[in-house]
Amino acid sequence: MTALLSVHGVGKSFPGVRALHNMQLELRHGEVLALVGENGAGKSTLMKLLSGIYTPDQGTFKLNGQPFVPDNPKHAQELGISIIHQEFNLMPDLTIAHNIFIGREPRRFGLLTERELNRKALALFDRINLRLNPREKVGNLTVAKQQMVEIAKALSHESKVIIMDEPTAALNDAEVATLHHLIRGFISPDTGVIYISHRMDELKQISQRITVIRDGEYVDTVDTAQTSMKEVISLMVGRRISGEQRPSPATVEAATEASSDVVLSVKGLSTKTLLKDVGFELRRGEILGFAGLMGAGRTEVARAIVGADNASFSELKVHGASVAVPNPAAAAKFGIGYLSEDRKHLGLMLERDVKENITLSSLAKNAPGGIINDKALRRTAEVFSQKLRIKTPSVHQLARNLSGGNQQKIVIAKWLVKDCDILIFDEPTRGIDVGAKEEIYKLLDELAASGKAIIMISSELPEILRMSHRIAVMCEGRITGFLGNAEATQENIMELATRRPSVTAPVTAGEMTA
Amino acid sequence: MSLIDTPTPRTKAVQPSPGDGTLSVRLRSSLQQLLAFGSLIVLVVLFGSLNPRFLVPSNLSDILLSTVVIGLLALGATFVIITGGIDLSVGTGMSLCSVMTGVVLTYLGMPLWAGVIGGVLMGALIGAVNGFLISVLKIPPFIATLATMLVAQGMALVVSGTKPIYFTSTEGFANLALGKPISGLVVPNAVFIFFGAAVLAGLVLSKTLLGRYTFSIGSNEEATALSGINVRKWKLWIYIAAGAFTGLAGVMIAARLNSAQPGQGTGYELQAIAAVVIGGTSLAGGKGSIVGTVIGALIMSVLTNGLRVISVPQEWQNVAIGVVILVAVYLDMLRRKERTT
Repeated sequence: MTALLSVHGVGKSFPGVRALHNMQLELRHGEVLALVGENGAGKSTLMKLLSGIYTPDQGTFKLNGQPFVPDNPKHAQELGISIIHQEFNLMPDLTIAHNIFIGREPRRFGLLTERELNRKALALFDRINLRLNPREKVGNLTVAKQQMVEIAKALSHESKVIIMDEPTAALNDAEVATLHHLIRGFISPDTGVIYISHRMDELKQISQRITVIRDGEYVDTVDTAQTSMKEVISLMVGRRISGEQRPSPATVEAATEASSDVVLSVKGLSTKTLLKDVGFELRRGEILGFAGLMGAGRTEVARAIVGADNASFSELKVHGASVAVPNPAAAAKFGIGYLSEDRKHLGLMLERDVKENITLSSLAKNAPGGIINDKALRRTAEVFSQKLRIKTPSVHQLARNLSGGNQQKIVIAKWLVKDCDILIFDEPTRGIDVGAKEEIYKLLDELAASGKAIIMISSELPEILRMSHRIAVMCEGRITGFLGNAEATQENIMELATRRPSVTAPVTAGEMTA
Repeated sequence: MSLIDTPTPRTKAVQPSPGDGTLSVRLRSSLQQLLAFGSLIVLVVLFGSLNPRFLVPSNLSDILLSTVVIGLLALGATFVIITGGIDLSVGTGMSLCSVMTGVVLTYLGMPLWAGVIGGVLMGALIGAVNGFLISVLKIPPFIATLATMLVAQGMALVVSGTKPIYFTSTEGFANLALGKPISGLVVPNAVFIFFGAAVLAGLVLSKTLLGRYTFSIGSNEEATALSGINVRKWKLWIYIAAGAFTGLAGVMIAARLNSAQPGQGTGYELQAIAAVVIGGTSLAGGKGSIVGTVIGALIMSVLTNGLRVISVPQEWQNVAIGVVILVAVYLDMLRRKERTT
């Protein structure tokens, strides 16, 4: 029997990165196929290839046995493949009906007919049992309803294949059930759904088979009913023994010793949208790793602590004293520095030189009476670029001309100059090449050894294991567990990271420990 | 969450009747216009009670007449601003269009209709240039139209030889603006032409693909492109359409003054943008309406005229308009915030 959609030996490389290699996938008629893999495993690259945003370097796609190469998303749509991205492609100021039929507006005598448009939309909603007012503006809808609009749009194209990228990431349980109901209604003997998700319990509910990919390569496809989620997780993380380093037990012990001072204590941190009752303690000299999948709320925790976003705490103590941190400037005053994952936009002034970047947050200290003491600034910048081994011909070099690793060091230097002793690193090695990564790791180790307290948010499990003395794992806005370095493995981190707090006990917990 | 009619029995279904929902959606979207319209009425009543001369028919007709040029420019600017763009070239572009009308009528001696078409086409051409710079060359609208603003000003002076062109040789050109459609009526032609243009603009914005994609592009340009819409092409047409209104404004100002003044025009673009913004169109794009813009333009001329009638010195009039813009935009922001939270 020919598959509805098949992917054979597809490869895609970007300068310096092999994103996909010999990828395979087979979607059968009438099936929901789950696609799982860690962050960066290649899921979104595969989606972009299928929707024609990228063109594959090797391999073939077949639809009902016919080879095809989509040119662009519209072409893919015409072939019957709809892709629903995590970031919706909707126009918030237009109505639901306008969005669904954009590019296919019904007209009479050249003029748009709103009535006909809304009638068509209602007919579509009737067919798929969806209760929406086609005249409502999309911007006024909840995320869940916007998701429904995206799906209705896909269905209105008479799509045969719908690919959904983490469709439930922002939905609550009731909404998830609604979505699944919609998916089951869509499935017929000549359609199929590829369902990308991290939520293991959902895969059990909705999918027939699960395809696992890792590091851009196909791993295996298993029957959902006959496979435990534990097996799926171990397929996802694989056996990566090589290069897996850990901090020495002695360092870990020293760092997590109960006698060393707690420098930061957080209790009951919640936000309106995501975080629920997050609490942890951070000690002097400790590197506390924050692991979790994308969207788990790790960055939000960091931003809440430095006052970048609104959040409520039942307790926030720095060096034992309760503090209020209304904004990042106040956080810096308490010695808390946040190094954003988005260096280029939030951490650096790319068009200014190394000196200005390093000394930006401590300008006031070096400007008696508001007049900037340039000499002092240059000296400071030179001292710190030597300390951190920043490779630059001089401190007058523009930040944009430096490598990713050295840019990261500039950001670190900026906070060290400010005398911060609590440093929060968000994906410190993202976009940095392997050699430079080691440099950054060494630097973090040195910083911790010198008594700084460090929170390191990372999506790379080997990095978390390599660096952290202790690991906090988050899932959907909560901390689902703490692991000491010795007991932590990729598998048990992954289990905690996919444990949905909202359905904990009955399904997941039993499943996970089975 | 009753998004779906599930076959399983549910607790007493709460199903909003579609009629109700539709009405409330419509009401909500017209709230801004009601608000602007309410302020307009308040202003008229206020000035009328401070000085009854304000409400004399001839004064009201003056107000309408003084709305025409800014109003026409604002109609075009509404399209551009809804896409999230801006057009600084409408003021001096308008002068270039009236000079073009002068060239056609006075220098070439062609009939009146040719002069009107010449002016409007000149506007469309300026719009096409703007559209090309913005959608094809991807130059930011502010910069692109700043440049065409200067080019249009220079060209108006070059073409006219820096002197005004008078329409004394063209019979009836001035009547185009100041003639009365019905004898005995105080309201001149220009006002009817403006309202006719407004109706046309309103229809284009709400009933044509061009209008729909204007909103769509302003709302989310990338999503529009990914939906298979040729954004580049439509943006070009949006700027051309906007330019045509500039051309019509050029014809009307020439007819009203019975001359093409190449040196004027600077400053009109900002007044047009102000009218659009007072009318509730968002500079961030995606939101706006022609009705709002017409009311916005009327508010501006009522203010100017009313302050004069109640003897507020001229230098204070701009201060008042500036304050009105701030109040209008701030109120709009408050309203939006309320809705999202």
